[in-house]
Amino acid sequence: MSTSRIPVAIVGSGNIGTDLARKLLRSELLEPKVVVGIDPASDGLARARAWGIETSAGGVDWLLANAERLGIRIVYEATSAGIHATNAPRYAAAGIVAIDLTPAAVGPAVVPPVNLGAHLDQANVNLITCGGQATIPIVAAVARVTPVPYAEIVSTVASRSAGPGTRANIDEFTETTAAGLVSIGGAAHGKAIIILNPASPPILMRNTVYCALSAGADQAAVESSIEAMAAEVATYVPGYRAKGIVFDDGPFRTPGGEAAGRVTVLLEVTGNGDYLPPYAGNLDIMTASAVRVGEGIAARLASEVRA
Amino acid sequence: MTSMPSPEVALEPPSEPRFRLTDSTLRDGSHALAHRYTAEQVAAIAGALDAAGVPVIEVSHGDGLGGSSFNYGFSAQPEIDLVRAAAAVVKRARLAVLLLPGIGLASDLEEVHEAGVSIARVATHCTEADIAIQHLRTARDLGMETVGFLMLAHMIEPDALLEQARIMEDAGAQTVYVVDSAGAMTTHDARARVAALKGGLRSETQVGIHAHNNLSLGVSNSIGALEEGVDQVDACSRGLGAGAGNCPTEILVAVTDRLGWSSGVDLMAVMDVAEDVVAPIMPREQVINRAALTLGYAGVYGSFLLHAERAAERFGVDARDILLELGRRRIVGGQEDMIVDVALELSRRT
Repeated sequence: MSTSRIPVAIVGSGNIGTDLARKLLRSELLEPKVVVGIDPASDGLARARAWGIETSAGGVDWLLANAERLGIRIVYEATSAGIHATNAPRYAAAGIVAIDLTPAAVGPAVVPPVNLGAHLDQANVNLITCGGQATIPIVAAVARVTPVPYAEIVSTVASRSAGPGTRANIDEFTETTAAGLVSIGGAAHGKAIIILNPASPPILMRNTVYCALSAGADQAAVESSIEAMAAEVATYVPGYRAKGIVFDDGPFRTPGGEAAGRVTVLLEVTGNGDYLPPYAGNLDIMTASAVRVGEGIAARLASEVRA
Repeated sequence: MTSMPSPEVALEPPSEPRFRLTDSTLRDGSHALAHRYTAEQVAAIAGALDAAGVPVIEVSHGDGLGGSSFNYGFSAQPEIDLVRAAAAVVKRARLAVLLLPGIGLASDLEEVHEAGVSIARVATHCTEADIAIQHLRTARDLGMETVGFLMLAHMIEPDALLEQARIMEDAGAQTVYVVDSAGAMTTHDARARVAALKGGLRSETQVGIHAHNNLSLGVSNSIGALEEGVDQVDACSRGLGAGAGNCPTEILVAVTDRLGWSSGVDLMAVMDVAEDVVAPIMPREQVINRAALTLGYAGVYGSFLLHAERAAERFGVDARDILLELGRRRIVGGQEDMIVDVALELSRRT
């Protein structure tokens, strides 16, 4: 392993932080130096120690006091929106780039295959939502070959993988994701729907993307663009696949005006089973995207060092 | 000629209603019309129901506020226009809307409240009550009456349903409904769930029943629920609603009249609404065809019916096979996208 891996910290030792730590152990560009929590008895900290990662239950105060010793350049926030809002200015003051997995949205939202390149210089980036990470690439894939007057997504996740934060503010999920379909995906109008399914055994994460199409849209070009994008997402989310691509004729009276047709893309995300179970594809796509974003930023930091 | 109801029952002076009837023709019926209601139709139906003495009228896209979409079907007219059309004609009835967290937003309540809606019915799958807390609180903050709506309630046992009902009650729901979205409950099932909620919720919290007719039990299940002391009953004029339709308003009123339980609604007038106002706009009568019966048998969300029929034709498979597979996978309300998914898989198998 090269000695030039960029040292990173993970704040938050819950499901997300722990799954992320496990994934980072495999990264060639990032080195998980420390996992920071607030509960010395947490399973996440015990796991991290067992994987040979330093841990602390001293919270962000401890991290900032030790950041220089550890050489931390990037911090992953896997706590809550409220905590990240407090921590973000402190990371910035310490010169540490923050990759935010909470809904705090302090920095711009990034979806790796679509707009990561535009945000590599940011001090703080946000991972939007799991549904956004799964569906915005597909909307962007359609929008790069034909205008998308309206895009709509339906994300269905297993009840057991929807955490208390999501449940307490489910509107934030739909509003944030819908905004991302437009601002990042390139649709003129967007709508997002989330459904929780309690079936046992738990269902795999399912996403459906609908894009309105104009009369002249080239279906073959749309289809191959979608397939290429799905393959690109699968390079960093191995369980991501497009199960089906279906074209229908309208007209459809969408919020973006009357559309001659639509394309429906059926997506399934199987988790990698690192710390979280495979059905929790919604959480897996967040941690896998977070690694991808961190690697992009690490490459930029490394090039600065060389320059 | 059949004999008339016995006079001591039929001619008793109207007493205090034993239950509150909510007519959902303009919400659940939206499914059967593929969400094509016009403001003119809404005004005609709401005005006629109001004149007949129906105390609560629900108006929304079939999948609630914000339901207009590719996934469920686009509304022909913005639902706020439909709500305003109803508000303009009703004199006595109160207006209600449905809201499914995950589809509509809590903030969607503000506009309809301003337009004259005073009852917010917040619906979740029967195991997911906690996602409604935000919306129930918003409704209370707006000064609206609140109803929690536990859908596909046949899928869990009565005691588990009570636990979920308590979450809604704690969040400010003044009423909690047992919702048989699949029309899958036997009368025993409906009674047991109503009894659990009546026995376990606070005495001031009301309980409601929303019954569908896929197993031909819409009226019987509503009557069974009333025998368990249910406070509110949903019905639709001429049964117009998802699947084989709902407990029909005019039949519910007739049967409860025969039982001597006042609904406060004029029977002859609601019969006229069904026959003269609603029937002419129905794309087809509500019959229990084989696909609708399969919904009830397999325990599948009623609004899947037309989507499954369309997918069956599109992909050359039997609608019943799609519905049975959806039931086997324990698909929940709102997952209309799984209909095409399953139809596609079935078509590849053959």
